[in-house]
Amino acid sequence: MTDEAAGKAKIRKIVTFVEETRTEMGREVKPPARRAAAAAVIENPFAGKFVEDLTELMNIGEELGGLLTERAVAALGISGASAESYGKAAAVGENGEIEHAAAILHPKLGAPVRKALGEGAALIPSSKKRGGLGVPLDIPLGHKDAAFVRSHFDGMEIRIADAPRANEIVVAIAVTDSGRPLARVGGLTKDQIKGEDGLR
Amino acid sequence: MHEVRVRKIETIVEEIFHEGGPAATAPLRRAAVLAVIHNPFAGGYVENIQPFMDDLRPLGLEMSKRLVAALGGDAKIVEGYGKGAIVGSAGELEHGALWHAPGGYGMREVLGGAKAIVASTKKVGGPGARLDVPVTHIHASYVRSHFDAMEIGIADAPRADEMLLALVMSTGPRIHARSGGLKASDIKGEDGLR
Repeated sequence: MTDEAAGKAKIRKIVTFVEETRTEMGREVKPPARRAAAAAVIENPFAGKFVEDLTELMNIGEELGGLLTERAVAALGISGASAESYGKAAAVGENGEIEHAAAILHPKLGAPVRKALGEGAALIPSSKKRGGLGVPLDIPLGHKDAAFVRSHFDGMEIRIADAPRANEIVVAIAVTDSGRPLARVGGLTKDQIKGEDGLR
Repeated sequence: MHEVRVRKIETIVEEIFHEGGPAATAPLRRAAVLAVIHNPFAGGYVENIQPFMDDLRPLGLEMSKRLVAALGGDAKIVEGYGKGAIVGSAGELEHGALWHAPGGYGMREVLGGAKAIVASTKKVGGPGARLDVPVTHIHASYVRSHFDAMEIGIADAPRADEMLLALVMSTGPRIHARSGGLKASDIKGEDGLR
C-alpha cells in the first residue's frame, strides 16, 4: 500500500502559534492567559475532482489529530492533562470541497486529540471554510471537559500567508491552559464541572 | 524613563518541508516573536523620545531569547534575522524607529558576533495589520539564498495607543533556493556585507 492509500498526510509545512496575554484594559492577567495553535499545510488528494469515498482524508485527520495536538501542547510547555480548552478548524483551497474539511475534522481526528490531552469529554468545537492563500481561520474554543464552561468560550484567529494553495488544506488545532483574560460574564465555572456528560 | 507595558506576546514558528520541490534534509524553520506594548507617546507630539530605546532593551533581549528557544534552544542554528514594528493609529512612524536599536541589540546579544545589519521595516496600522518582516543573513547581507521575509500580524493589535514589535529569525536559506548570487559558504565575513 502506498503512503497515500494508507492516508499518510503529505505535509508541506507546519506552523505553530503561541499567544500569551499579560494585560487587558490595563489590568494584569494573572497568570497570563496562554493559548497555542498548530497548523499543517497538506496536499488535498482529491483536489479538482469529485471523489465519493473520503476515507483517505479521514485517516489523514486521525494522523494530524495526534501530531498537531502534541505540537500545540509542546508549544505551551505544559502536560496534555493540564490543557483546559480546545478547538479545531480547516480551510480548503479553491480546488477542494468543504466536505474534504469535514472528512478530516469529524470522523477520526478527535480520538488522538483526547489521547494527547489525557481526556476531553466535551465536543471539540470546530469551524471550516474554503478560501485562498492567507485566509484567516477563527478556531472556536471550548472547555475540554464541559462544553458549557462560559469562561472558556473563545476563539483564536490564525492565518498562514502562503496557504492554502488551490490543491492544499490547512488543518489547525488550538489548545489553551486558561480561559478568556479577565472572564467575568458568569455561567458555569471550571470548578463547578461535574464531568459526567461533557456538557456541565 | 517609561515603563514598558506588555499586553501580549505571540510566538510563531514555521517549519517548512518543501514548496513543491524535493524535500530538504533539514526543514527550514522561521520564527517570530511579537510583543504588543503600550505606546507612551500616543496621542500627541513628543520631541524627545530617544530614552525609550533604552527602556526597550530588556524586552528586546527577552524576545530574542524566546526566539532562540522557539527554534530549539541553540543559537548556532540561526542564519537569518529581521525586525519590524507596527505603530497603532494614535502614534507616528517615528515611534516605530525606536525599535531599531533595542531589537537589534537583543538579537546580537543572544547570537554573538552577528555582523550584518538587521533588515527591518515598519508602518502605522490598525488591529490585524500585516507586516512582511524582511530577513537576511546574519553575517553577510548579500547572501542571496537567505533573502526572505515572514508575514506576521495579530488580529487584535496594535490598538490605537499600542505598538507591535517584531523580531524574526530563520535557520537557513529559502527552501528551494537556486537563484544564484553570493553563497553562505563564500562569506568573507569582514564587513557584514559579503
